[in-house]
Amino acid sequence: MTKESLPLKIVFVGHVDHGKSTLIGRILHDTDSLPEGKIDMVKKACAAEGMEFEFAFVLDALLEEQKQNVTIDTTEIRFKTKRRKYIIIDAPGHKEFLKNMITGASRADAAVLVIAANEGVREQSRRHAYLLNLLGIKQLIVVVNKMDLADFSEKKFEEIEKEYRKFLAELGLEALVFVPASAKNGDNVASTSKKVKWHRGPSVLEALDLFEPQSADVDLPLRFCVQDLYRFDERRIIAGRIETGKLRVGDELVFSPANKASKVQSIEEWDGAGDAEALAGDSIGITLSEQIFVERGYVASHQTDTPIEANRIHADVFWIVREPMRSGRLYDLRLATQEVKCEIVSIDQVMDSSSLESTTDKREQLERNEVGRLTLQTRSPLVIDNHDRIPKLGRFVIVDDDQICGGGTIFGGVYTDRTVAKSKNIFWVEGKITAEARAARTGHRGAVVWFTGLSGAGKSTIAQALERELFARGMQTYVLDGDNIRHGLNSNLGFSPEDRVENIRRVSEVAKLMADSGVVAITAFISPYRMDRRRAREIALEGNAEFVEVFVDAPLEVCEARDPKNLYKKARAGEIREFTGIDAPYEPPEDAEIIVHTDRQTVNESVATILEGLLPRLEPEESNE
Amino acid sequence: MKQTTQRTHLDELENQSIFIFREAYHAFKNIAMPWSMGKDSNVLIWLARKAFVGRVPFPVLHIDTTYEFPEMLEFREWAKEHHNLNLIVKINTEARERGIGYETHDPVTVTHELKTVALQQVLAEYKWDALITGIRRDEDPTRAKERYFSPRNAQFEWDYKDQPPEFWGQFATSSAKGEHVRVQPLLDWTEVDVWRYIQRENIPIPQMYFSRNGKRFRSLGCSPITHPIESNASNIDEIIAELEATKVGERAGRAQDHYERNAMQKLRAKGFL
Repeated sequence: MTKESLPLKIVFVGHVDHGKSTLIGRILHDTDSLPEGKIDMVKKACAAEGMEFEFAFVLDALLEEQKQNVTIDTTEIRFKTKRRKYIIIDAPGHKEFLKNMITGASRADAAVLVIAANEGVREQSRRHAYLLNLLGIKQLIVVVNKMDLADFSEKKFEEIEKEYRKFLAELGLEALVFVPASAKNGDNVASTSKKVKWHRGPSVLEALDLFEPQSADVDLPLRFCVQDLYRFDERRIIAGRIETGKLRVGDELVFSPANKASKVQSIEEWDGAGDAEALAGDSIGITLSEQIFVERGYVASHQTDTPIEANRIHADVFWIVREPMRSGRLYDLRLATQEVKCEIVSIDQVMDSSSLESTTDKREQLERNEVGRLTLQTRSPLVIDNHDRIPKLGRFVIVDDDQICGGGTIFGGVYTDRTVAKSKNIFWVEGKITAEARAARTGHRGAVVWFTGLSGAGKSTIAQALERELFARGMQTYVLDGDNIRHGLNSNLGFSPEDRVENIRRVSEVAKLMADSGVVAITAFISPYRMDRRRAREIALEGNAEFVEVFVDAPLEVCEARDPKNLYKKARAGEIREFTGIDAPYEPPEDAEIIVHTDRQTVNESVATILEGLLPRLEPEESNE
Repeated sequence: MKQTTQRTHLDELENQSIFIFREAYHAFKNIAMPWSMGKDSNVLIWLARKAFVGRVPFPVLHIDTTYEFPEMLEFREWAKEHHNLNLIVKINTEARERGIGYETHDPVTVTHELKTVALQQVLAEYKWDALITGIRRDEDPTRAKERYFSPRNAQFEWDYKDQPPEFWGQFATSSAKGEHVRVQPLLDWTEVDVWRYIQRENIPIPQMYFSRNGKRFRSLGCSPITHPIESNASNIDEIIAELEATKVGERAGRAQDHYERNAMQKLRAKGFL
């Protein structure tokens, strides 16, 4: 099989009507890259609209765009030169389409900035360069287009070059080369033109071939961002993408923010043995040799080069929606697979992205199309790197009401590197008294018995009956339920989705501690989400505690008919909102260790079913010594 | 086995598709994957199995128009067992009973009724909040504007003029009641990429793509309106060579696209994949 080189992704930006689409149409035509049907289709459409055919229309494939005569979105087109393949992302020029430009440009390796010779440097010529810089795109060429409308004047070209180079320098950008051209007539695009024989530099295509592929993420320190955990079979697979660096089987990884370490046992693949090594860009699944608690958002690195952990960051933030970003409002911040709540601490500077004039006047909000240097505070720790060091861990988006409203890059502030705990301190510290010793005294192991089911399914009743049964056998046991948790430990929590998650997390932690002390901890909470129960399982696992999930199953109608606390009636009447089973979902377990059907089984029968499954799991392990 | 330190364009595409599959599976509780048994669809199944280490952890949906090629239905039954799929088959029986069919109606009407309306019906039944589709940017100009995560409202309409921004691996990962999100992991792939990947991974596909008696199918749809192309390409190498030489569009053999000007745009605005 022949090896294919990676295509270079380039984005075309510049002021509206400076000829980006025409330039692309011309390049496609001159490199013989247009499918036959496309030109015909566009010609027909032009004829139907009574318009003269233009290369720009090839891109503006939708009829509506042709009517407006502006590109509205990013499209993606390919062509080839002698040196390599290219993917063109055509970005629009209109100011209101900023979010589309960002969508397109964020995927590019390099940029072509188009300036019309007859109009010179305009607002968007500057704004787009600013955004390219913000998006981390450092390679660009500038095409001074429409030279035919400036009499192919060397003087005009030099004026534009001088002015724009100065602007780019202020941003810290440098164009590889400035190219005079006329896309409409094809001068100096695919081949050099006599009309600009004063120009000693390359044609547009030759200039493109000067781009180099972006510096490889693989040479940066390892950042493996966890997307999800899969337990489809006996394997516990940590799925995610390596953003930077390399990862090998046997590597010792540190997971931030928990700061726990474990070794890579395997890189899993479905169809055969996995590889021994994975590289930046790879979407992989790994297993660990020691089971530690890991969830989405965690970032794995090597111990020698860990990311920064911070809850206060300095960043350049651009805002792209009508509603401004306001101080005092909580937003979601997403960085790689992390998602945390954040708010503005201060707006330190606001920059006009066209004039580069900045103001440090006191501001309470950041308007659409503005770029602000902000200090942000997050509610929980964020794992980051400086953008100029590891871009993929140094940039984030701001989400409000499930919509991406802006983005930001973390700039070279001073962050306290956390002390990297030595691996021996990272593990769950086992007390001097071993689990075996406790089990030897009590005659049974500690465990977490996790009940889940709808309200009214019978969790509390059965939990208490089970507790009595175990107690009667001389076992140490205790029921954790809403009554003894909500009024004390969790009295500061309400019923919002976040608080519910936190409620279950605390219960999980307490149950783990009780199990570690040798107790059979029984929890009786609706715990409707698989994710939360899985987390409870992971937490128990981390403390080496047995975890037994018990699904207390009864049809909704049965539970509703029982309605011991009149909660369903209230929920139906709209007095209680987000009530599980009525207007909030219940996700039944897929692999509960034990299931009881309380519509068919009595309390005693249910307890018997549970004991049958549970007691063998509580037997102390045979000592090998 | 990827033992080198270099990744190819296909590796890059595969990695990105897997990333998108996993983001979708995390973001949406209730998802399904339409499956036409065509080549892109089978690549999608393959990538899902890679993403979820061997299984497709959500239902796979076939919208059966009742005008399927018998060979495709045979392939469906075989592949269902082979990939261990949770297959849901949906037919718009109500439209068929009303007499909607290629014998009496134009292809745009029939495609709308038997595909799009069927999809609306089955979506209303299962209330999926996301659908994973196999569309690619290079197939048709109206598909070039798509996002990886593309919201559709309750009427299935696609507001392509005001799409959510998508950058740095962050997507629109929520849908309101009655809405759904189209997740499109193959967006960046080209027709040739798909063939190279099928070849590299040895992915099972229907034999109708290969030449018999000087003709082969380049794109597969309903039997009355899907026509084979002149071709002697009887293996993947020959197909790739043929595609690299041709300038004819992939969907040229699909009648509903060409029935009237902007047919595809009209179909898609109403919810066609």
